[in-house]
Amino acid sequence: MTLDDALFRRESTRLVAALVRAFGIHHLALIEDAVQETLARAYETWSFSGVPAHHSALLMTSARNRLLDSFRHERTVWTLVPELQHRAGDATDPEIVGEELFLPAALRDDELRMMFSCCHPRVPEDVQVALILSLLCGFGVGEIAGAFLLTEAAVAKRLTRGKSALSASRQLFELEARDFGARLEVVHRALYLMFSEGYHGAGEQGVIRPELCTEALRLVRLLVERAPGATPATHALAALMCLNAARLPARQDGDGELLDLFSQDRSSWNAVLIDEGLFHLERSASGAAVTRYHLEAAIAGHHALASGVGQTRWTEILHLYDELLRLEPSPVVALNRAVALAQVQGPEAGLKALTGIHDADRLAAYPFYPAALGEMELRLGNLDAARAHFTRARTLARNDGERGFLARRIARCSELGAAVLPTQRLGPSTS
Amino acid sequence: MSQFVYLYRRPDPLPPSPQQMQERLERWTAWFRSLQEGKHLVERGLPLEYSGGAVVRNKKGNVTDGPYAESKDIVMGFSIVEASDLAEAVALSKGCPVLEDAGLVEVRPIMKFP
Repeated sequence: MTLDDALFRRESTRLVAALVRAFGIHHLALIEDAVQETLARAYETWSFSGVPAHHSALLMTSARNRLLDSFRHERTVWTLVPELQHRAGDATDPEIVGEELFLPAALRDDELRMMFSCCHPRVPEDVQVALILSLLCGFGVGEIAGAFLLTEAAVAKRLTRGKSALSASRQLFELEARDFGARLEVVHRALYLMFSEGYHGAGEQGVIRPELCTEALRLVRLLVERAPGATPATHALAALMCLNAARLPARQDGDGELLDLFSQDRSSWNAVLIDEGLFHLERSASGAAVTRYHLEAAIAGHHALASGVGQTRWTEILHLYDELLRLEPSPVVALNRAVALAQVQGPEAGLKALTGIHDADRLAAYPFYPAALGEMELRLGNLDAARAHFTRARTLARNDGERGFLARRIARCSELGAAVLPTQRLGPSTS
Repeated sequence: MSQFVYLYRRPDPLPPSPQQMQERLERWTAWFRSLQEGKHLVERGLPLEYSGGAVVRNKKGNVTDGPYAESKDIVMGFSIVEASDLAEAVALSKGCPVLEDAGLVEVRPIMKFP
């Protein structure tokens, strides 16, 4: 049989979520150990025997038995959570526990409830994201550390902190809870952060980086599938992820170097994801509230629909950035707005807007700030100034893709050394 | 053609992440497939437990726990392959995934007579 290439991560998530639902979140540590050992034995035996057809059911039974063994071994008092006791009658009969766990309707909600539990408002955002990556995406400490440019010790600390907060909550979040709406906003924010980290993040290239986008997209799709989570804001978030993810394959050239929006091969954008994104964008328009996700999705939609940079509706995009800046004032948004402004009013206006960003000092380590300044100067024909900005940007670059991109821009300045025509280009901040 | 046993030895590994489990499983699957396609695979063999075994040292029944050799590399599984000679069996073993996990392959000719 062909193997799902995320089989073990998926099963890990599913098993943890189901066992937590059945036995309670306060047993999280024992549950995670049981799941880890179950999967470790499975991959070693399957390495020799091949993956059996009913592997999911086998894993579930095995993990449950292992957990019950560890309860006995540690003399842990356990019962099923009340909702299962109600249905199971005898809450300490392992066979009944098994049947209950396999009920498809229950399985479907496990991951959602876990996702909402991870996003407890008293847990810091970076811890929420680490928890989601560990419990809902099945990533290991080393993989999370690699994606966020953190040490393994720092990630382990976040996870320990988050998991002890989770365990203390004793119960998974109820999808019918009164504070569902408020918690949904926290979930949106965490998924947005996760996606952005995968999309704009600074890490060296590794296996997990594009996976962050894929996983955020998978989780937001879970949200839109279920009635209480499928709000206009959720659709907007789904739209922005789809429309941006559609352009992922075009953002690097064959050598892994970054390509800005102006150099991308638009035929390699993912048409299926663009359609999915436009579908969600339409659905997102039903409410009165406009969130940052609505605005960012609309901007991504304009890019996705344009057949080229010259055909892009920059005036609309500029208006959307103006609104976004009012809603979420941040120097990065201001930077992107300046880039759009330059498309509408020319590089001089862009340059003025860039130098006028009042909290630009927060961009001090961000290579695309000097890169954007360089693009404006380049378009104005000030090649020396442009080269100086790009050189500065290259010293700030965080990975080979960025370094390669900036080296090409520096080379471009030299090429144009004797030429007269400024080029029509921008920094990759809008890519 | 001669037959050989591959003894896969490895220290008890640190707990792998699910993704690492997946990658290891895929490497072993590919490894057995390549042996099979080359008509070298006689038996995939079996994986062995890292712990929980015993070493019986004499008839009096003196039994000790593992480790089973004066080595931290524990036999974690075995297979039987067919090759024209030791050189070929050794060459084939170089594709074994255990080598990527700080382990080693012990290649032993199966004795035959005549």
